[in-house]
Amino acid sequence: MTRETIINIALALVLLAIPFVATQMGSPFYVTLATRMAILALAAVGLNLALGLGGLVSFGHAAFFGVGGYAAGILASHAFSMQPLDLGFAEFAGTNSMLVIWLVAIAAAGLVALFIGAVSLRTSGVYFIMITLAFAQMTYYFAISWPAYGGEDGLSIFVRNTFPGINTMVPMSFFLLCYAVLIAVLVLFWLVGNSRFGAALQAARQNDVRVASVGIAPFRIRLAAFVISGMITGLAGALYADLNRFVSPSMMSWHMSGEFIVLIILGGVGRLFGPVAGAMMFVMVEYLLGGMTDRWQFFLGLALLAVVLFARGGLIGSLAGKVRHG
Amino acid sequence: MATPMRSSARSKSRLPSSQKSLRRGHHLPYLNVPIASGTILSSALFIEQLLNGLQLGVMLFLMAAGLTLIFGVMGLINLAHGSLYMVGAFACAWVAAQTGSFWIGLAASLAAAAAMGAIVEIAIIRRLYSRDHLDQVLATFALILIFSEGTRWVFGSVPLYLNVPEQLAGFVTLPGGSRYQLYRLAIIGVGVAVAVGLYLLISMTRLGMRIRAGESDREMIGALGVDIRTLYTIVFALGAALAGFAGAMVGALQSVQVGMGEPVLILAFVVIVIGGIGSIKGALVGAILVGLIDTMGRFLMPQVFSVFMGTSQAATAGAAVASMLIYIVMAIILAVRPQGLFAKG
Repeated sequence: MTRETIINIALALVLLAIPFVATQMGSPFYVTLATRMAILALAAVGLNLALGLGGLVSFGHAAFFGVGGYAAGILASHAFSMQPLDLGFAEFAGTNSMLVIWLVAIAAAGLVALFIGAVSLRTSGVYFIMITLAFAQMTYYFAISWPAYGGEDGLSIFVRNTFPGINTMVPMSFFLLCYAVLIAVLVLFWLVGNSRFGAALQAARQNDVRVASVGIAPFRIRLAAFVISGMITGLAGALYADLNRFVSPSMMSWHMSGEFIVLIILGGVGRLFGPVAGAMMFVMVEYLLGGMTDRWQFFLGLALLAVVLFARGGLIGSLAGKVRHG
Repeated sequence: MATPMRSSARSKSRLPSSQKSLRRGHHLPYLNVPIASGTILSSALFIEQLLNGLQLGVMLFLMAAGLTLIFGVMGLINLAHGSLYMVGAFACAWVAAQTGSFWIGLAASLAAAAAMGAIVEIAIIRRLYSRDHLDQVLATFALILIFSEGTRWVFGSVPLYLNVPEQLAGFVTLPGGSRYQLYRLAIIGVGVAVAVGLYLLISMTRLGMRIRAGESDREMIGALGVDIRTLYTIVFALGAALAGFAGAMVGALQSVQVGMGEPVLILAFVVIVIGGIGSIKGALVGAILVGLIDTMGRFLMPQVFSVFMGTSQAATAGAAVASMLIYIVMAIILAVRPQGLFAKG
C-alpha cells in the first residue's frame, strides 16, 4: 500500500467517525457539518474529474450544482402541491423519492454540461475559464429572473425527500446516505482514472497533439469527461438541496464555483481524495473562523493566498509526496 | 462565500443584504431606468435605451481594456479587477463626502485605484506570472475575499452614496422629445475620450511601444534592457486606474457597496472573450456590442414576446431570455470564431 492509500483510508474513516463522536459528545450539530463536508467533497470530486484528470479549469461548476439542486427543489415542490410538472410536450408528476430525483438531477446536469462543454471546449486556457464562468452566470441570472420557482427568493423543500428504507429526517441517516454516495462516486472516479478513457483524458491534458496523432480525438474525450463531471456535481447539488431543504440561485453563484476550485487545490489537484481532504479542511476552517470573528472571509482570503503562494500540491501533496509514476 | 452554518436554512442569507439589491431583476444596477413592459415602442424611448446601452458599453470598455492589457502583457487572469472598480467607487464617494467636491473624489479614485493596483502587483501578483492559470485564478479569488471583507471592515456594510456633480446634474432633450440625464451623456463622452487616449498612449508613446513589445515577446524586451518589472507594475496600475475610474463614475448612478464590481467583472470577461483576449480594439467593439445587446434585449425582448403571448407572461419570459442574451451571443460568436473577433496571432 502506498502512503497515499493509507492517508486516503484514514481520511475516509475520520469523516465517517466525526458524526458518531459528535453524537457521543452531545453536539449533534457536527453531524450536519460532516454532511456538508461529504456533499461539498462529492461536488468537488466531480470537478476533479475535469480539472484534475483532464486539466480543464472549469470556473462554472456551480451551474451543475444549481441545476441538480433545482431538479430536487422543483420535483419536490410539484409533489407537495400535487400539480403535475408541465413540460409542454408531456406532464410529469412531482416526486419525493430521492432515487428518481437523483436520476433527474444527473440527467439535467448532464444535458447542461453537454451544451456548455460543447461550446466551451472549442477553446482552452484562459478563454475556457472565462467562458465556463460566463455560462454559469447565465444560469444564475436565469434562475433569478424566472419567477415560477421562487426566482431570487429561492424555493423551500418542506419535507426532506425520501429514500427507501431510511428515515432521511434523522441527521445521522442522511449523513450515512451522503457518505455512501460519496464513497461510491470515489470508486467510480478511481475506475475512470484507471480506465483506457482515463488514460486518454490524462494524456490529452499533457499533450493533446500526441493524443490526436494516435487517432484519439481530444475534444470528444474531454467533452465526455466534462459531462460526467457535471453529472457528479449535479448529484451533489440535489443532496445539498435536501440538506438545507432550500434551493436558491446562490447555489449557482460564482462564489460557489470558486469554492469548488478552492476545495480541490486545498486537498491536492487530481488526487483521488484531494476533494475530500479539501472539503473537510475548508468546512472546518470556515466554521472555526466564523466562530472567532465576523471578518472570517478576510482571513480565509489570506489563508488561501498563503496556500497558493507557498504550499503547492495541497494537503495530500504535502502528506503523501509527489505522484508516483509507473 | 458562505457564512458558517448554524442552521439548515442558512443559505437564505448567503449574501449580505447589501448585495441582495444587486440581484433584483436587472443585474446591472446602474441601468436603473425602469422599463415598463408593454410600452409602445416610441422612437424617443428607443433612443434613450440606445444611449443607455452605449453608456454601459463605454463603462465595460474601461474595465475590459485593463483586463485585456494585463492579460496581453503579463499573461495574467485577474479576477480581482472588479475589486479595483469597487476601490475606485469607494475612494470617490468617501473623498467627495469629505471635501464636498465630486471632482476631487474622481481624482482620488484614480490615485487610490492605481496605488492599490501597484501595491497588490508588487506584493502578490508579481509572484503569479510564472504560475499556471489555476494558481492565478485562486490567488486573485482570494484577493476578492480580502478586498470585499476589508472594505466592509473599513466602511461598514451600509452603502455609500455619491451625487452627480452639479455641473452635470441636468437633463438634455433628445430628438423625439424625451429628456436624458446629462451625466450619462458625459460618461459616454469621457469613455470615448479615454478610448482615444489609450489608443494614442499605446500607438504613439514610448511606454506604449514597450507595452506592445511586451505583448509580442516578454523575454526579448527584458534582454534589450527594459526594466520589465517596473513595466509590469505600470501596466497593472494603469489597468487598475481605468477600473477605479469606471467605478467612480458609475458610483454616482448607483449605491456604492461591497460586491458592486462582480457583475461588471463578469460582463467584462464576456467582452474580452468576444473581442479576443489581448486586443484593445476587440475590447472596444466587444464592450459596445455587449452594452447594446444587454440593454436593448431587456427593453425589446418583452415586447417581442408580447406578440405571441399575454403581456405579463411576455414580461417574465422576455426578462428571462434577455438576461441570457449576451451569453447566447457569446456562444454563437465562439462557435464561429473560438479565438474571438480580433484575436492576435
